Amino acid sequence: MARLIGGVGSSHVPAIGNALEQGLQTDPYWKPFFDGYKPVWNWMEDKKPDVAILVYNDHGLNFFLDTMPTFAIGAAAEYQNADEGWGLKPLDPFQGDPEFSWHLIDSLVHDEFDITMCQEMLVDHGFTVPMSLMWPNQDTRDQVKVIPLCVNVVQYPFPTAQRCLKLGEAIGKAVASFDKDLDVVILGTGGLSHQLDGERAGHTNREFDTEFLEKLKDEPEWLLKYSNYELAKIVGPQGVEMIMWLIMRGALGGNIRELSRNYHIPISNTAAGVILFENDAV
Amino acid sequence: MKSLAGKEPIPGTTIFEGRMAMKGYALNKMCFSFNKAENREAFKADEDAYCVKYGLSDAQRAAVKKRDVLALLNLGGNIYYLAKLTGMFGLNMQDIGAQQAGISLEKFKAKLLAAGETKNG
Ligand SMILES: [Fe+2]
Repeated sequence: MARLIGGVGSSHVPAIGNALEQGLQTDPYWKPFFDGYKPVWNWMEDKKPDVAILVYNDHGLNFFLDTMPTFAIGAAAEYQNADEGWGLKPLDPFQGDPEFSWHLIDSLVHDEFDITMCQEMLVDHGFTVPMSLMWPNQDTRDQVKVIPLCVNVVQYPFPTAQRCLKLGEAIGKAVASFDKDLDVVILGTGGLSHQLDGERAGHTNREFDTEFLEKLKDEPEWLLKYSNYELAKIVGPQGVEMIMWLIMRGALGGNIRELSRNYHIPISNTAAGVILFENDAV
Repeated sequence: MKSLAGKEPIPGTTIFEGRMAMKGYALNKMCFSFNKAENREAFKADEDAYCVKYGLSDAQRAAVKKRDVLALLNLGGNIYYLAKLTGMFGLNMQDIGAQQAGISLEKFKAKLLAAGETKNG
């Protein structure tokens, strides 16, 4: 059976893609951010997961506002990155695992989650930045198969935080019922607090983000007391992306330990966070 | 939208919900086309003709001409799609952040760095 061995929460700011492209990991602006990933790099190298489920949102590369799925899962053998219009260099394609994708979709739909299934899906920086961050070495990265799970946090109404947590729990069940010997990791990406639009652009909220990170392991339902409107007020309209971390957290279930955490303001306009959880059974 | 009914507007913030998404549909559709290099070239060759082709309103066309991000947001633009437009004007997220906040880029960056230094808030 497949095993969910751990999960990572991480920001996916496009500027990180530029920094990686230019090798700025030890630059004074970037060092406090990238240093927070060292435990993740070591863990990935040690555990060598076979498959990653990558929870992210599209920012206007694959999906337009004509058809905006709340939850979309890729079911392709390969996922292409492409030009997003403002200069980030497209990365090489990523290898999928269609058999596992269809299992996840089947399991989730029969668990009453109405999933949009995508046999073709362009992946944008929300997907590629976490992939490069988790596996900076392309050869290692290319050995990990990946399944994109795209969440609508662009056109309101977004799924509720509660729905995200429950979807995560259903993913946990789906992984555990896949009859193949695979080590799986789940990545919840986006956030933390940031605001790109409006007169309040540049808004961040250290206090709230810190509490979110603090509660994520033992009390993830803490976030459920805030509606997405309230979250937009507190952490900025783009900070609401943090609800995607709850999908990761929900999937991991009860018995986990936190191995590392880092928080850094600013990366571009964003308060960047990273947290690494490992399943106790590992 | 009922989930937003009775909610106070958030200062300096727009929730991109159904009403705004309808208002900005043509504008955002034009911006979505800028994922393709040939469309960016076509826009640069004749900006206003490209806006007309996508059915932008007079107000949206004027805001594009002025590179006025706040006006574009108020006219239904979504920031992720607008970024593809402003990218062609050589403006990145921090440039347009500063423009919207009404401060210089230096001040905008300094404000973010300062947020990194405070341990609370
Ligand atoms: Fe994002």
